[in-house]
Amino acid sequence: MLVLSALVSGLGLGSMYGLMALGFYVTYAVSGTVNFAQGSSMMLGAVLTYTFAQTLGWPGYAAVLLALALCACYGLLVEWLAVRPFVNRGSDAWLMATVALGIVLDNLVMATYGKEPRSLPSPLAQAPLEVGGLGLGVYPLQLVIPVVGLVLAALLHYLSRRTRWGTAMLAVVQNRAAARLMGIPIRRAVGLAFALSALFAGIAGVLIAPLMNVHSDMGTLFGLKAFAVAILGGITSAWGVMIAGLIFGLVEATITATLGSGYTQIVTFALVIAALAWRPNGLFGRAEVKKV
Amino acid sequence: MTRSPFSLGRRHLLAAGLALAAATPALANEPIKIGLVTALSGQSALAGEAITRGMQVAIDEINAKGGLLGGRKLELVRRDDEANPAKGVVAARELVYREKVAVVFGGLDTPVSMAIVPLMNQEKVPFMGPWAAGTGITQNGAKPNFAFRVSAVDEIVDVGMLAYAQKTFKTAKPGLILVNNPWGESNEKGLKAAMAAKGVTPAGVEKFEANDVDMVPQLSRLKAAGADTLFMVGNVGPSAQVVKSLERMGWKVPIVSHWGPAGGRFTELAGAMAKDVHFVQTYSFFGKQSPVGERVIKAMVAKYPNVKGPGDISPAVGVANAYDAMHLTALAIQAAGSTKGDDIRQGFYKIDKFEGLIKTYTKPFTPEVHDAVQANDYVWAQFVDNRIVPVGLN
Repeated sequence: MLVLSALVSGLGLGSMYGLMALGFYVTYAVSGTVNFAQGSSMMLGAVLTYTFAQTLGWPGYAAVLLALALCACYGLLVEWLAVRPFVNRGSDAWLMATVALGIVLDNLVMATYGKEPRSLPSPLAQAPLEVGGLGLGVYPLQLVIPVVGLVLAALLHYLSRRTRWGTAMLAVVQNRAAARLMGIPIRRAVGLAFALSALFAGIAGVLIAPLMNVHSDMGTLFGLKAFAVAILGGITSAWGVMIAGLIFGLVEATITATLGSGYTQIVTFALVIAALAWRPNGLFGRAEVKKV
Repeated sequence: MTRSPFSLGRRHLLAAGLALAAATPALANEPIKIGLVTALSGQSALAGEAITRGMQVAIDEINAKGGLLGGRKLELVRRDDEANPAKGVVAARELVYREKVAVVFGGLDTPVSMAIVPLMNQEKVPFMGPWAAGTGITQNGAKPNFAFRVSAVDEIVDVGMLAYAQKTFKTAKPGLILVNNPWGESNEKGLKAAMAAKGVTPAGVEKFEANDVDMVPQLSRLKAAGADTLFMVGNVGPSAQVVKSLERMGWKVPIVSHWGPAGGRFTELAGAMAKDVHFVQTYSFFGKQSPVGERVIKAMVAKYPNVKGPGDISPAVGVANAYDAMHLTALAIQAAGSTKGDDIRQGFYKIDKFEGLIKTYTKPFTPEVHDAVQANDYVWAQFVDNRIVPVGLN
């Protein structure tokens, strides 16, 4: 019973990490850069949905759709303000710039949305699921999240490997100059990747919001764990990243249930280091081959 | 055209004369600065604002009566520590060296206070804690000790939690669910000591992170170990997550908590089970009020547009502790007859009687006791809708 409930809640948590980590994957695959403040994009999705649905009283679907659209716009903004200026000059300062922009967003949200954590109700998180009268300890929403995550990973995989457009995007990271000569609109491709990345984080935020509290720094710890997951999965494969997320969540919950919560962080992150020592390119990644 | 040196000199002379003329009365009217270092941004910002308001209402009362030390008004100088010990120390330093405050109030968070207190003892500036409950803040081993407090103390709260649980819920095997930080640690120590003194063995000790989403795994362990009551220590967000996780598990168990849930909209965050959490408070603005209580509520409604009644004075403990602490500090300054740190420290010991919000203080501080709030001063409370009311009063 103990292990079963740990498995179910671990699966839910893990798919949230995976979903966020997909955001790292998209931009890395196209541009070799990431938005380190991915947690802030997730927070934005949750806070906007809360504002539209609770404060303004809009119907749920409209609130979610507009929140996600704005998240995608925020992704474009991140690329334009914090990534492009530095990449153009061959600098790695986008690392710091994306973190800085995330902090700016966190504080803007705190100033406008408020300092108190709030709660976003969802029909999928009202009553816990029961099997034969026994509480499983999960809301239906916690089972929806893995499904959404896996579907998005599959979609990304299909797009990048099976379509002309996806191949073009991947070409950008291989050789910018050659890609441009082939007529691939690089700027648009990179911008689109960042929009997608923030969109994924936004989806994660909307899905997670009813399970946790909505506030301006809700994404910080999640963003960090998602980055660990992205690296663990070998950032170059959509499937890898998503599955690494599930593994991370399952391991975390199982350790908590068996050894106790005092050991969760120590053992989980020690395992991440061990896994990376064993496979430096991540569990599902391939070593980068430079084709000249 | 050249400027005559004479005219410049004359202007200087004039300025110097004016400054001299201004200086003499300025000394008598110069405000006494009171510093406050607390979280004014982030998740705990509301609590920082409550401390500010409690202090400000007290300062307004004191200034309306003509101030201290022959007409010197009190002035509040605030700094944000962002709940970060390093930033707290920088802010405290600035208040002491540049603003030259007479007393530093501060540290909503135990780790921040623990970081500031050594500096205060070294610089001989009194420190007043209106919130952070860590035992070591006032019991810091320094001689002389400049740290005072008008708030709960973990060590005493922990004894109170066990006694309350045994009396109310016949607790025999409590499970501990604590936030994984120095505050949680301070209470783990305190609760274990309290349980050992009463011969109670806990079912287990589990920790959570401040932003954890799902605490079912931790709670399942406590349930499997046979816990009959939960002792909870954590801020409002994670405390709500504990309650939500319990609801998902369908586990109805009495919860006796430190005062974390009081820091926000606990009912909205935790749902229907929120009212089952019993937590410690030093004061409640609901129920029958003393004349002091009525006066403070009136002053708060008049001063702050968003305060319509007792329900908006939140968190109540922040306002009440800070209000009493500010008045006691003013009495100490008055007794000291100066703003010198060591004089004020000894002034605290000379306070005889003060009718405050939490209680009527009689000799609240001695060289051995730097905590004005003691075990019988606590109130047990629960949420009813969005109001924090004493348990049983409904």
